[in-house]
Amino acid sequence: MSKSTYNLVCGMEVHAELKTNSKMFCGCKNDPFNASEPNIYTCPVCLGMPGGIPVANKKAIEWTIKLGLALNCKINLFSKFDRKNYFYPDLPKAYQISQYDIPFCYEGVIETSFGPIRITRIHLEEDTGKLLHKRIKGEEVSLIDFNRSSVPLIEIVTEPDIKSPEQAKEYGKALRDIIRYLEIGDCDMEQGGMRLEANISIRKEGETELPSYKTEVKNINSFRFVEQAIKYEMERQEEILEAGDIPQQETRGWDAKKSVTFSQRTKEDAEDYRYFPDPDLPPIRFTTEQIEKIRAELPELPTALIKRWKDQYQVEERFSELLFSSPTEAKWLEDLFILVQKENIEANKIANALANKKISYQQTDKPIDVVNRYKSANATDDISDEEFISVIKEVIKNNTDAANRYKAGENQLINFFFGQSMRALGKKVDATHLRKLLQQELEK
Amino acid sequence: MLNTLTLKQALDKLEKKEITLGDLNSDVKSAIEKLNKDLNVYLTINEKKITQAEMSAPLAGLPIAVKDNYCTKDLKTTASSTVLDNFIPQYDSTVIAKLKKAGGHIVGKTNLDAWAHGSSTETSQYGRTLNPRNTDYLPGGSSGGSAAAVAADLCLASLGTETAGSIRQPSSWCGVVGLKPTYGRCSRYGVVAMASSTDSPGPIAKTVEDSAILLNYIAGHDKYDGTTSTQKVEDYTKYLDQNITGMKIGVLYTDIEGLEEIKEIFIDQVKVFEKLGATVEFIKAMDPHHAIGVYTIIQRGEVSSNLGRFDGIRYGNDRSFFGHEAKNRIMLGTYTLSKGYAHQYYNTAQKVRTLFIEDYKKLFKDYDVLVSPTSPGYAKKIGISESSAMFGELEDMLLEPSSIAGLPGISVPCYRDPKTNLYLGMNLVAPMFREDLVIKVGDAFEKNTKWNSWRNK
Amino acid sequence: MSNKITTQQVQHIAQLANIPVDDSEAKKLATGFEETLDTIKDLRAVDTEGIEPTHQVTGMENVLREDIVDDSRTFTQAEALANAKETYQGFFVVPRIIKK
Repeated sequence: MSKSTYNLVCGMEVHAELKTNSKMFCGCKNDPFNASEPNIYTCPVCLGMPGGIPVANKKAIEWTIKLGLALNCKINLFSKFDRKNYFYPDLPKAYQISQYDIPFCYEGVIETSFGPIRITRIHLEEDTGKLLHKRIKGEEVSLIDFNRSSVPLIEIVTEPDIKSPEQAKEYGKALRDIIRYLEIGDCDMEQGGMRLEANISIRKEGETELPSYKTEVKNINSFRFVEQAIKYEMERQEEILEAGDIPQQETRGWDAKKSVTFSQRTKEDAEDYRYFPDPDLPPIRFTTEQIEKIRAELPELPTALIKRWKDQYQVEERFSELLFSSPTEAKWLEDLFILVQKENIEANKIANALANKKISYQQTDKPIDVVNRYKSANATDDISDEEFISVIKEVIKNNTDAANRYKAGENQLINFFFGQSMRALGKKVDATHLRKLLQQELEK
Repeated sequence: MLNTLTLKQALDKLEKKEITLGDLNSDVKSAIEKLNKDLNVYLTINEKKITQAEMSAPLAGLPIAVKDNYCTKDLKTTASSTVLDNFIPQYDSTVIAKLKKAGGHIVGKTNLDAWAHGSSTETSQYGRTLNPRNTDYLPGGSSGGSAAAVAADLCLASLGTETAGSIRQPSSWCGVVGLKPTYGRCSRYGVVAMASSTDSPGPIAKTVEDSAILLNYIAGHDKYDGTTSTQKVEDYTKYLDQNITGMKIGVLYTDIEGLEEIKEIFIDQVKVFEKLGATVEFIKAMDPHHAIGVYTIIQRGEVSSNLGRFDGIRYGNDRSFFGHEAKNRIMLGTYTLSKGYAHQYYNTAQKVRTLFIEDYKKLFKDYDVLVSPTSPGYAKKIGISESSAMFGELEDMLLEPSSIAGLPGISVPCYRDPKTNLYLGMNLVAPMFREDLVIKVGDAFEKNTKWNSWRNK
Repeated sequence: MSNKITTQQVQHIAQLANIPVDDSEAKKLATGFEETLDTIKDLRAVDTEGIEPTHQVTGMENVLREDIVDDSRTFTQAEALANAKETYQGFFVVPRIIKK
């Protein structure tokens, strides 16, 4: 049993592929996951051939700014790309074009139900090729596919503000939802479209200084795993600290099968990337007007939208959440809510019907058609109370046993009578009204 | 022998039907067969036949030699290193594509200092090239093969590249004309990168006129090279045969230590400008010794990064094939970029670079063209590159300032030693994108002196 | 700052630079290293107070391309693999990397 309480000190680094048409620094197609064959989307630039020179993708830069603004970041009006030099077979130039000291975005914040998480920076870089490990003719080899080489990659780094494994999971999901909502990335974790890394340390309750060490956990490819991995690390580190030692500064991987983290590389010998500004890429300079234009074009984000719909149209969050995942869908819904208000129908009721799939619809339908569909689905036939009561009386007469049992206290039998009456009426009824009359008659 | 014609002469004679391309190529071929074995100018000869399209285009299929650091589609490209001894590019560099479109026919790929690292062509892993003017001597480098190809009439003109001296210095040692355009005037796409922030493809030719003709075709914006300029390419040949009266010429570096051997000769030659009506003043500029440090650090840093891609996985051989000079430069570059050192080396070098740029801006307020010796002396004897780990950068000291500032420069022959048959070169430098000025003044010098061996047969 | 470079330092840099260097070569490189550092040391005597570095002489900014697929330079798989020593079913091949 541990004597002290330890708190989590955790920051996350998330990489997300942008779904531009072409790669970050060349015109090759950006579609590595769906490529039918390896090495079919390469050229002298992304294959690292002699004389290959990069030219930056404008849209990828704009989308990076878009995400930065959505996360409340400041934007560096002057920015550049730097070379990060290291050797690995999946890195064809032996350097990754990235951003070192002047990222496009910095100092942002994202809200979670556990509190805000500060975004340290967001920068743009290029992805590497993909390695496949195989055994060929008795030899262990790695196969390399460069279709993914130089796909635009956005990196989001947080301050160590994450206080629980649950918050980490929520953060990951929230980030993914925003990226998808902005329509800049699919974040499909199984396809490697989003990759999570967590920097984890723990400190005693009451301590405010950052711990002297941190472990970096990589290769986490689901939100569930990030939560598990952090939990595991917290326990592992606590054990070490309780024993009077300090956990080693290192990189660890997550083994999903065994549900453990394992050591991969010590960070003592930290890589020396020899960053310097890439001479092939002129720097980027924005005007405030350009940034404000991008900001003006930002869609209203889901959290704000859902809240506003609650305030304005009284639509419950649990319905709104299910009904849209893109700005286009959101606009369609809002048009619908505005329309139903004019028709004196409760927006929340139609939202309920749509969310529970009581009414089928497509985004290509006109909102007015969907409203009409709703109306006819919920229209009640004009039935006089006389007709109601005569049918009810008939049903009671045919089921005296049940009627007596109802009077004796088995109130749930009203449902039986309800069903019988409905069948006998054979028309569309106002259910509430029918129940009221049934009750009335049964209690006579 | 038709291979001794200049590019312009050949074009004129072809048009007038005084000669045929077939005869000219036959003479070039004979010359190559006779001389290449000893001079070691060409590493690879292009076996492809001349096409109708080439013959119909402006350069009429005339034979051009190309430095072996330009990627040429389906034609072996080695950068004179055994790392690439089996590399056959699947693409053309932009400048080559432009040359082909203009009708230039590649004779073959010329020898260079391996990876363009040097000023002698001795660091080539395929043997040194000899200076055709006197084969006891070296042609200079790194574009030694291209300069020698021109000097020996094994082509009608050639393409070289300059990072800091590699076009102008071998041109000076071989007694030919070498034009280094403004950085960004010609595309670097497809050229094996050395120092990305100063590399400049450019022509090496028999006359200033020929270099202007070639520049017309190879210059221009390239969407595949983000450092190329959108400035329109003018017709540089309209700056030939011009009057230079009233132009202001500043002469630099004549009292630098080490130039004693050539100082008097050079000063004497500079008087030609006065005779032609220009004003000549001997002035001081920022000490070029500082440029050595700036250039060495920036270049080797960028080299260490640019040569990282040669790992033998996607093409070529593994890194154990690198020669000693390449290893030298990669190591120093890695060191000056590394943690703890980048600040004192790389960043400082980039700041001193700014000082050189500012110095030139100041000088060009008062002078149209700045002139200096190209090389501290004549071509050197075989074996010189091993004299110092920094031989290349020291040798190019007078050219490094204009290279790191990205300025255009031309070297024209300005003296021939009758005893050795070796040449001296004069370097003319102008502001960025003012190739017109160096062509104008260089052409005037060439036509009013007797040092050009084709104009003064 | 001493300009004496040990063969150990050379080996460390060689590792960073991914260049195989044996001991005799390391010695030769160390000497060349020292000579080079010696030559460039006078750079630090230059007063660069308040001077901005020039990383790019062109002065250009915002050279960007539109997000259009341009496959005029895209290789076929055969072209991409044409110069590789070892390939396998469309992939490049390297001996398995053992992570340290």
